[in-house]
Amino acid sequence: MPIRAALLRSITTTTAARGSPLIGARSASSWWGHVAPAAKDPILGVTEAFLTDPSPDKVNVGVGAYRDDDGKPVVLECVREAERRIAGNMNMEYLPMGGSVKMIQETLKLAYGENSEFIKDKRIAAVQALSGTGACRLFADFQKRFREDSQIYIPVPTWSNHHNIWRDAHVPQNTFRYYHAESRGLDFAGLMDDIKNAPNGSFFLLHACAHNPTGVDPTEDQWKEISYIMKVKGHFPFFDMAYQGFASGDPERDAKAIRLFLKGGHSIGIAQSFAKNMGLYGQRVGCLSVLCEDEKQAVAVKSQLQQLARPMYSNPPAHGALIVSTILDDPDLKNLWLKEVKVMADRIIGMRTALRESLEKLGSQLSWEHITKQIGMFCYSGMTPEQVDRLTSEFHIYMTHNGRISMAGVTTKNVGYLANAIHEVTKSS
Amino acid sequence: MGVYRTEDGQPLVLNVVKWAEKLILNDLCSSKEYLPITGMDEFNTLSAKLLFGVDSAAIRENRVTTVQCVSGSGSLRVGAEFLAMHCPQSRPVCLSQPTYENHPFFLSAVGIPIETYRYYDPATHGLNFQGLLEDLDSAPAGAVVMLHACAHNPTGVDPTVNKMQWEKMRQLIRSKRLLPFFDCAYQGFASGNQDVDAKPVRMFVHDGGECVVAQSFSKNMGMYGERVGALSIVCKTADIASRVESQIKLVIRPMYWNPPIHGALVVATVLKHRELYDEWTVELRSMADRVIRVRQQLYDALSSRGTPGNWTYILKQIGMFAYTSLTPQQVSFMTKEYHIYLSPDGTINIAGLGPNTVPYLADAIHAAVTRY
Repeated sequence: MPIRAALLRSITTTTAARGSPLIGARSASSWWGHVAPAAKDPILGVTEAFLTDPSPDKVNVGVGAYRDDDGKPVVLECVREAERRIAGNMNMEYLPMGGSVKMIQETLKLAYGENSEFIKDKRIAAVQALSGTGACRLFADFQKRFREDSQIYIPVPTWSNHHNIWRDAHVPQNTFRYYHAESRGLDFAGLMDDIKNAPNGSFFLLHACAHNPTGVDPTEDQWKEISYIMKVKGHFPFFDMAYQGFASGDPERDAKAIRLFLKGGHSIGIAQSFAKNMGLYGQRVGCLSVLCEDEKQAVAVKSQLQQLARPMYSNPPAHGALIVSTILDDPDLKNLWLKEVKVMADRIIGMRTALRESLEKLGSQLSWEHITKQIGMFCYSGMTPEQVDRLTSEFHIYMTHNGRISMAGVTTKNVGYLANAIHEVTKSS
Repeated sequence: MGVYRTEDGQPLVLNVVKWAEKLILNDLCSSKEYLPITGMDEFNTLSAKLLFGVDSAAIRENRVTTVQCVSGSGSLRVGAEFLAMHCPQSRPVCLSQPTYENHPFFLSAVGIPIETYRYYDPATHGLNFQGLLEDLDSAPAGAVVMLHACAHNPTGVDPTVNKMQWEKMRQLIRSKRLLPFFDCAYQGFASGNQDVDAKPVRMFVHDGGECVVAQSFSKNMGMYGERVGALSIVCKTADIASRVESQIKLVIRPMYWNPPIHGALVVATVLKHRELYDEWTVELRSMADRVIRVRQQLYDALSSRGTPGNWTYILKQIGMFAYTSLTPQQVSFMTKEYHIYLSPDGTINIAGLGPNTVPYLADAIHAAVTRY
């Protein structure tokens, strides 16, 4: 018997002596000694700083979650009712790998239309995902696996995590012009140029509505032109729709761009999220869908999406999906939801008007038109990092350094204070 | 599928889970907003204490980073991603032969090479301890060893604690500088006692060394569909643990940003209230006992039929599964003729059986074994 094996055999046949020294562990060096501390998430940093500020006047317009007029987080009534119905009753079995079938059915209707022919023809491959983030990541992985040579075109600017998602999926990234700083609006000419110049068959990430972080959306006519040129170039449009209903108050209206592209004959992909429009942030409920040529292809694509989710988390969480399907499946609850979503959107639109009017009343020489032209949770104010710093140090107002104001954090009680502070730091510019 | 059933073959929602959900429902102050990237703080603290012990020195010294993940699966994936990023590419992960069927997928998804170590001995239906030691001994320097904390899936064969097999493995793993990565999916479910089932993991923490643990609450709290789990990394120092945690966030954020809240809320509620925790222990015990009873029932049924073969291993194996020596041919026969669905490797989900189904299963096994 080889020496090594004999040695091992002797270990197995003798018991370890009492009090024998613990072998190896204490003196060993760490596996992770070389690991560097990662940079902190800048957005979370804003909230952390806000929380430690003792000033009674402090305002947090950095957070991307809805607040009511008292600055409090909101759990929708329709959600509370849904929770009451499902608490303690359901079993907790695994969902199918692709997620809750009921929830997906209802979710697709929201995006594609109640009577969508694509749903009827079963041409949509759809899986439940871990909110919009999870949907984007699944799609990025899918893109990498099946279109190995493709790259993704991402608007400038965009939600910072988009870059991380496609990077971790190992899909090469490019950007396309989007925000026009001078006008605080859309750089339409730049956008169209970049679409034309991208190699045929490129993948484009589009925000379906309420662009994050700028709040700048193309007009319907602009969307038509974008759709047309993308069709000519054979590009694949992937829509991140995180704010359906939350932008205009009307989910149908907020899906306009998507419906336009569908009419234009595009095959598209959509990441849908219920984080904001149902206030289900922490439940992580979303849906990834890919429109395919036919039912057979949809079945194949869905199976592949499931295969990508399998070594990530196996199957998605049930609770949030149950809340969504309970609400959307019940006409009364769905109507209640539509009302509540409109209330949230209207409050934000109201605050945009209030903020703009306050600034104009203060006699600001600058144009604040963009505050009411932009849409959704965020306003890209156009303020510089230095001005943002002054807002924080002099007025205890917290926002991200790019000058993005979360309108959800603006209330009737603080809008005057906010306008005054903004006026103070911008009036010399 | 590895899901527990009652005697009547019904899914089971634990009483403590129902009570916890009611408490949560009535707590109108409870925020449902985004959790931090690393998940719910309270859940992480309580999960770590459950796993490593309430008096764990490693926890006291802040050397453990515990991060809520999307069940055991999610913990395995995030752990694998972290290893891929911070361990040189050439180091493989060694998997037991056999192992949980999804283990290879988590690793290949991040491009980590896989090796195996001998584990199950078909001749004895037990542990091939000699082979295991030999294979770990010849593992490449710096390899990672995937270990099942208890109730090995799919074999139900665990190294002994009292007869020192785990200790010998620990000594070998430490002397070879291999990194232990535990999959802990059945704590409390195997023996009915949470501390007993966690012993192997705690041995590897008590010796002052480092390890990685993927923890799941799918089975022991019946939280299957809510995807509750945690990844713990035990580090040499608090500073390292903090750096490691910051890097784990970079893995999670582009995957799903932050984990789902509901399941973690339920588990944390159960773990933190004494009465709920104690009741949970009782329910766990009762699930484990039922599985042990079913094993006895199946063994008795096969014995009374005079089914050829030595079936005592059914009594010896631990946890949800019985790893039979049924061949693919026999399995296929049972599916065709008796409409019984087992996995092709002959694994039976004991936890899914009851007094009504055991006799029928025994008939099917008897027929298959005598026919082929």
